[in-house]
Amino acid sequence: MTQGRIHSLESFGTVDGPGVRYVVFCQGCPMRCAYCHNPDTWEINAGTLTDPEYIIEQYNRNKSFYKGGGITVTGGEPLLQVDFLIDLFTLAKKENIHTCIDTSGITFKPGNTEYIKKLDQLMPLTNLVMLDIKHIDPEKHKELTSQPNDGILAFAKYLDEKHVPVWIRHVVVPGITDDDKYLFELGYFIGQLSNLEALDVLPYHDMAKPKYKELGIDYKLKDLKPLDKSVAIEKKAVILEGIKKRRAEMQ
Amino acid sequence: MRPEWKDFVGGKWETEINVRDFIQKNYTPYEGDESFLAGPTQDTKDLWAMVLDLSKKEREAGGVLDMDTKVVSTITSHGPGYLDKSKEKIVGFQTDKPFKRSLQPYGGIRMAEKACTDNGYTVDPEISEFFSTHRKTHNAGCFDAYNQEMRACRSSHIITGLPDAYGRGRIIGDYRRVALYGIDRLIEDKQAQKDSTGRVMTDDVIRLREELSEQMTALKMMKEMAASYGCDISKPASNVQEAIQATYFGYLSAVKEQNGAAMSLGRTSTFIDCYAERDLKNGTFTEEQIQEFIDHFIMKLRMIKFARTPEYNQIFAGDPVWVTESLGGMGVDGRTLVSKTSFRYLNTLSNLGASPEPNLTVLWSTRLPENFKRYCAKMSIQSSSIQYENDDLMRVTHGDDYGIACCVSSMVIGKEMQFFGARANVAKCLLYALNGGVDEVTKKQVGPKYRPVEGDVLDYDDVMSKFVDMMEWQADVYVNTLNIIHYMHDKYCYERAEMALHDRDVKRYFATGVAGLSIVADSLSAIKYATVKPIRDEDGIIVDFETTGDFPKYGNDDDRVDLIAQEVVHKFMTAVRRHHTYRNGIPTTSILTITSNVTYGKATGNTPDGRRKGQPFAPGANPMHGRDTHGAIASLSSVSKLPFKDAQDGISNTFTIIPNALGKDDKVFVGDIDVDLSK
Repeated sequence: MTQGRIHSLESFGTVDGPGVRYVVFCQGCPMRCAYCHNPDTWEINAGTLTDPEYIIEQYNRNKSFYKGGGITVTGGEPLLQVDFLIDLFTLAKKENIHTCIDTSGITFKPGNTEYIKKLDQLMPLTNLVMLDIKHIDPEKHKELTSQPNDGILAFAKYLDEKHVPVWIRHVVVPGITDDDKYLFELGYFIGQLSNLEALDVLPYHDMAKPKYKELGIDYKLKDLKPLDKSVAIEKKAVILEGIKKRRAEMQ
Repeated sequence: MRPEWKDFVGGKWETEINVRDFIQKNYTPYEGDESFLAGPTQDTKDLWAMVLDLSKKEREAGGVLDMDTKVVSTITSHGPGYLDKSKEKIVGFQTDKPFKRSLQPYGGIRMAEKACTDNGYTVDPEISEFFSTHRKTHNAGCFDAYNQEMRACRSSHIITGLPDAYGRGRIIGDYRRVALYGIDRLIEDKQAQKDSTGRVMTDDVIRLREELSEQMTALKMMKEMAASYGCDISKPASNVQEAIQATYFGYLSAVKEQNGAAMSLGRTSTFIDCYAERDLKNGTFTEEQIQEFIDHFIMKLRMIKFARTPEYNQIFAGDPVWVTESLGGMGVDGRTLVSKTSFRYLNTLSNLGASPEPNLTVLWSTRLPENFKRYCAKMSIQSSSIQYENDDLMRVTHGDDYGIACCVSSMVIGKEMQFFGARANVAKCLLYALNGGVDEVTKKQVGPKYRPVEGDVLDYDDVMSKFVDMMEWQADVYVNTLNIIHYMHDKYCYERAEMALHDRDVKRYFATGVAGLSIVADSLSAIKYATVKPIRDEDGIIVDFETTGDFPKYGNDDDRVDLIAQEVVHKFMTAVRRHHTYRNGIPTTSILTITSNVTYGKATGNTPDGRRKGQPFAPGANPMHGRDTHGAIASLSSVSKLPFKDAQDGISNTFTIIPNALGKDDKVFVGDIDVDLSK
């Protein structure tokens, strides 16, 4: 069994997939999103080495709380530790536990066959992927996260091929990811995915500010105010328009 | 069959006082949703506006709008009072007008006087004189009988919050009986009970006969009080309005005579529903009318008020009445006890807005109808005013006609009652164990002069064994203090109205309680898994601790410490069980200092877990603030390991969460992607 590098374990997750979930925060992430609310999970060689068995045991102790829920791995970027995920989810499936990966998709490189082989192994063990697409435009994506987005979009298509249900998440950041043009494009892109089950559009919040201060990292969006929920609902409608258009074309 | 009972299914309940049998034979389980509910009528809105206005005036007046300083409150002491007689469908106030607090000196005249003076009123000197010279109170009785040790424990707060100067409360009359049977029948039944007592006049029999007479007097007074409002409750109620009104008069009688620490209502909704269903079917009333009766009933319950001192309010964090009403739950036959009226009660939180009183308590079962669960969740989010308790756990002991007194104390309605017993401060007891019975704050020898711990590092086995010995002593003095309190309460401040609505031979729970459990668990864990050095003052008394190393903390689903908490509860309960209890009460314990944790903390020195002197305890069975680091379920899981059989009076965990952390507030994930292409 491969141990995981774990940032922390949360026994009561309610916003990271369906139902009440046991949430595994993996340590390490290659992205540096300006609004990341878990900067403490960035560093790659940190965290507590944890056995997959331990996580399943912790889950099972309280499984009566998780009816309709399951285990979600998030982070950090969980797909940096794909061997660990394979072992963890193999155990989970033996116990019939619902599994979910909350990912940015950044680790996916179409040419990396060895890595994709591992993903091929992981996907049948995965009930749900929550894919966070930060920005549909390659340039803007790089500005925002320090990374390109071609692999991420390819990952979305890969999940479709593998028939893994997917929820697309998108954070609306005022002035950065709230341009209707790009939101429509995002919708147009995900409209082609037949495995798309839900769209979760989240308003930007700044609750991570104290964490940055504690870690001594500069918070790039200092002057930005949290976004009102109603705006997120409006922006969601724009993305839905894009989905509609693509689906109409595909008919 | 009596005409008032027409269309009801008969049974045992006709020939004996048996409300449960009536409910079981006549109620309609409801598995549908809330779409049938009606909003507030104009009269409801008008009346509620008046209440809000009075509340505002009360706040502006500093917390009390009016107090009675002359008339000692009894069931019939005050003439009728109204908000607006033409609009009130359910009537009755504790005194002759709303928001006027009654004078209740039987618990203790000094407390009654102080409640007045602290709020700018003065009790009539004749009354003060009468209750100081001619008529003894409960409080005076207790202090006549206390010994030195009890007084010392009381002032050092190792036992604390004792109901020796105020009403003990926690007794729920079966107020439904007034509606179902009418007073005349209840008096007949009580007379028969009195005639059935033993002929040899032992203390017990004499007391019982006297109490039954008191109960009959109370019943007669209820009838008289109702008549002053133009209502005849001598006969059974003949429709839902009368049933609610009669139930309320029963409850009102109790709060006219008892200023108890918790004056709970019971489990009335599905009983009332039997009448509501019948009236709907017969076209007697519409849904809107029935909701109006319930709205007015709940409005009245929101206006129950007592004269209390600022110190009392400090112990209980506010001015709570604990008008607890238990809703829902499952029947032992597998049918749900949720009825349409369970929904109607919760609907008052929409019609009148959110409110802490009455304390609407849902008896939660995994098998409750989904629609009801969903409605509860919705109303919780909307109002933050619903309490939940585990029906699946309590039904095993109490069956399906129990109710909650105060916040967690379960009892079968009309058949069981409780002697409320406040709490033992086990955190302080641990410090007494370390210091050989010397109080760490006052430096007085309060407990027995056992050997204090010696050496520079605390040893777990040594501390645990000394702690268990000290708990034995604490339980001894605690139970015996309570024996005095309940003897005197029965003698000088007897709850005749509530007890008139009980069976003759009630099961009495002798409730005790513990405060500071999580501190003790963490302290013992620190001693066991880290290194704890005691710091002694110039007199050799341990006043502080130096802890090095980490240790498991209660609240993280970690058996190493959770089992210590479990063991402490078990040991405490074992010590309590060893003692004689007044009237053969069945000893129970609760872990539920929901509000008084701040006060208890103030009186307790530094503890080995790192808590500083004076810092609040965690409420109830909660982990200490900030020490549960693995999320809510791990925290709840630690609490749920505490054994109910050793804490049958209830275990509470105060849990606060922001709504957003409970999940998405709209159905974000459902249906959105099934985009309608025609638009």
